[in-house]
Amino acid sequence: MTAQAPARKWIGQSIPRVEDPRLLVGRGGYVTDLALPGMVHAAVLRSPLAHARIISIDTSRAKALPGVLAVVTGKDVTALTNPMPDFGPDPSKHTWWVLAVDKVRYVGEPVAAVVATDRYIAEDACELIDVQYEPLPPVVDPIAAMQPGAPLVHDALGSNVVYHRVFTFGDVERDFAEADIVVRDQLRWHRSGAQPLETVGAVAQYNPATGMMTIYCNSVTFTFLLFLVANTLKIPSNKLDMVPCPAGGSFGSKFWAVRVPILAGMLAKLTGRPVKFVEDRLDNIMTSDHHGSDRIYEVEMAAMRDGTLRSLRINVIDDYGAYIQFGVGTHGNSLAQVVGPYKIQSVQYELTAVLTNKCQQGAYRGFGSEVTNWVVERMVDLVARELRMDPAEIRRKNFIQPHEFPYTIPTGNMYDSGNYAGVLDKALALADYDGLRAMQRKAREEGRYVGIGLITAQERSVFSATEFWFWFDQPTGITSSPESATVRVDPAGNITVTLYSQAFWGQSPETVVAQVVAEEFGVDPSQVSVIYGSSARGLPATGPGGSRFTIMVTGAVRGAAQRVKDKMRKIASHQLEAAPEDLEFVDGMIRVRGAPEKAVSLQDVATLAYLFKLDLPPDIEESGLQADYTFDHPYTTKPSPDRKSLGVFYPFVGHACHIAAIEVDVETGQHRFLKYVAVHDAGTVVNPRSLDGQIIGGVAQGLGTAMYEQYVYGPDGQLLTGSYADYLIPTAMEVPWVEIDHQETPSPFTPYGIKGAGEGGRMMTPAVVCAALEDALAPFGVRINEVPVTPEKLLRWIDEAQARRQARTGD
Amino acid sequence: MADRHHITVTVNGTPYEATVESRLLLADFLRDHLGYVGVHVGCEHGVCGACTVLLDGQTVRSCLLFAVQADGCQIMTVEGLAQDGNLHPLQEAFREKQAIQCGFCTPGMLLRAYELLQQNPHPTRDEIREAIAGNLCRCTGYQFIVEAIQAAAERWL
Repeated sequence: MTAQAPARKWIGQSIPRVEDPRLLVGRGGYVTDLALPGMVHAAVLRSPLAHARIISIDTSRAKALPGVLAVVTGKDVTALTNPMPDFGPDPSKHTWWVLAVDKVRYVGEPVAAVVATDRYIAEDACELIDVQYEPLPPVVDPIAAMQPGAPLVHDALGSNVVYHRVFTFGDVERDFAEADIVVRDQLRWHRSGAQPLETVGAVAQYNPATGMMTIYCNSVTFTFLLFLVANTLKIPSNKLDMVPCPAGGSFGSKFWAVRVPILAGMLAKLTGRPVKFVEDRLDNIMTSDHHGSDRIYEVEMAAMRDGTLRSLRINVIDDYGAYIQFGVGTHGNSLAQVVGPYKIQSVQYELTAVLTNKCQQGAYRGFGSEVTNWVVERMVDLVARELRMDPAEIRRKNFIQPHEFPYTIPTGNMYDSGNYAGVLDKALALADYDGLRAMQRKAREEGRYVGIGLITAQERSVFSATEFWFWFDQPTGITSSPESATVRVDPAGNITVTLYSQAFWGQSPETVVAQVVAEEFGVDPSQVSVIYGSSARGLPATGPGGSRFTIMVTGAVRGAAQRVKDKMRKIASHQLEAAPEDLEFVDGMIRVRGAPEKAVSLQDVATLAYLFKLDLPPDIEESGLQADYTFDHPYTTKPSPDRKSLGVFYPFVGHACHIAAIEVDVETGQHRFLKYVAVHDAGTVVNPRSLDGQIIGGVAQGLGTAMYEQYVYGPDGQLLTGSYADYLIPTAMEVPWVEIDHQETPSPFTPYGIKGAGEGGRMMTPAVVCAALEDALAPFGVRINEVPVTPEKLLRWIDEAQARRQARTGD
Repeated sequence: MADRHHITVTVNGTPYEATVESRLLLADFLRDHLGYVGVHVGCEHGVCGACTVLLDGQTVRSCLLFAVQADGCQIMTVEGLAQDGNLHPLQEAFREKQAIQCGFCTPGMLLRAYELLQQNPHPTRDEIREAIAGNLCRCTGYQFIVEAIQAAAERWL
């Protein structure tokens, strides 16, 4: 691999992140740090009930409080705004407004908003709003919600089942009929969420004279869809300027969180003052519009006696909460890699999307495919258990082989490249797998419960827009998901890159850009300046999400850099009297290949380009040195009309093997990590240290999902985990020390062969933790098919397994 | 508005006098009244630790204190770590080890590490993990933060 790798100076180096100096000194530039002259503050009143009709709202006491400028309710928003952008099925039947209108549908749903001279007064005023509710029976359990006669979350829908369809890819019937064994299980993935430490916030300013609305915001990446936000705000699309602010964490949850900026915009237009609205933690937990997947599975896996995996039948019910803003896109994600790294020949996928009285789902690191990874790996472990095979061997037996790429899976998605056995071998060596097994045997002899989990799973990257609509029979939906950049070399020869999405979530877009520019222009990355353009002057951009950004921004920056370099080459060739194709960019110079003494500096060429038009070669028509580039998805196709194939929609597919050793205390249900190994293949690595940071951070979140985190709703629809005392985010005491290795199998289709890699940790950890816990409890015969696995559940499962065993032996 | 109090505080060596409402949180006072926006407000209920500052040398959660409670105190925020434009060795180590992703927990984490190294100049990995367990980081999984604090310990004290 390394023998063939082209020589690169900056791509592949763990340079310090260029974002960090400002973050280290408290100058992150977050939206909450922004203060505009005359700025006022908003707060929202949240619904205390899960399901109720709003009979009346009396705002008079609130409005009378000194310092209050405005109080707005649902009745007002139907005049001030249009409904919120909604990509779900039949949006007119589950209309979503920025504040609840007529009826509240979950605990925490915003009912009214107050604008006041400071946040304290705004919150005081919320307490002075008198709302009369007529309570309605809450629908909380998704299975109950599906029954005829269940209370309706949205009356217009006539049912809480908002989507149902069975997809069949390949000959499932035949594969199951021919199988030697079929394993079945029910699995439950409970609802958790991103919970970035910074909540969603916006500062909006409206100029009534020009009609221009400027919104500073940390939560919208799809700049080419901002016309939808303008429509909700009832302003022309060319009068909205969205200014991206860096996010203090997102993990998906800020990719399109438009309620906050729309609320701020509406209130700024109404009051004529700049309005800041920043969610408090309760807002973010209760009503972020970005809870994660909440799925109930029945799964069957068909296999041969030798361990060959044949087919997969998945029946999944997903509890979307009270609205369904992105449709069932999170299952599109699942179908991108539903067979994992295995040559499973056919798949049946039955999906039922249900609405209940809970906060709606959005995005959380993995966007639904992290759940499928867990399901597939849990089922492979079940087959291995049935056949008494080692988890490593059953996986190795079923891997797609390196020579079989690009490989089309039954759903129609394509995997670009891979060497899964190579990753597995590295992980086995790094973990000393045989040594771990020996240690486990010894521990069992001592009466200790040590388990070893091993999983091998996929990390798809760079989504196509098709995953949001191939669910429906309409012939086509949008197919673009571009990313853009502008590269400018200024008259002094310094390079600035402008990005157009809300790109900083805590990953390192500026570092990536600096490394790419350094590679392309032969300059030091520290000399590159990266800025973020606002949408009014912006180019189409999609931002981070689905592990797309590193690939897409690299394509955009490289494309723009090539255009600028072409012009610089022409100018330099004129100066040096050499052919443009003989010139190279090295160490701040443009020089003749093989004759480095014939050279001109970037700065001299730049100065000529801007200031000396009459000295430029005659075919240079414009002065200046700047180019835009819009990089579209490098490889995507449409689904077939009959949806037997979904087309290529998530083709740059990384891979990982995680191995964990965990000891369980069967008296208390507590556990202790003895080992955690992660080997990833993310194609060409841009910044190894940053990638490792993403992996470890993802492992920590995956551990949260696996063992600690759940948004728990009571039977009355009350959210029982409204604080970090109840919603448990792993601390430094819980997260294991992660040992990491990499393999680099470049993608043949992306710039430099990069694959996306931001989500991988969370897409692997729940499966490996469950596998290790199950292995630890193998002496009891405990099966783990639910997350989070709390100590309480572990003890209950041990008791139940023992009771089953006693019943069998007739004690 | 209700009762107001005259207070005197010193932040990063600069003295301030102010008249504040009794309910004004120290975090909001530092951020919104004095402009120390490096004091990050994450959970507002004392769990996440992003708003950590040093009050007379000890870490406190500024979202759980009122500004009036800091009357007469010396406060240090993340803005007080770097001196004359030079990063503190802890900040250098955080940069070198990439112990930062989104940066939101970073100020609190740095100040907790600062306090730890004052008390225990050569902590073990486990001691560091225990010491920072009251500060949540949602991005890094803590490993590089622990490495950074270890590296800083070697070169600072």
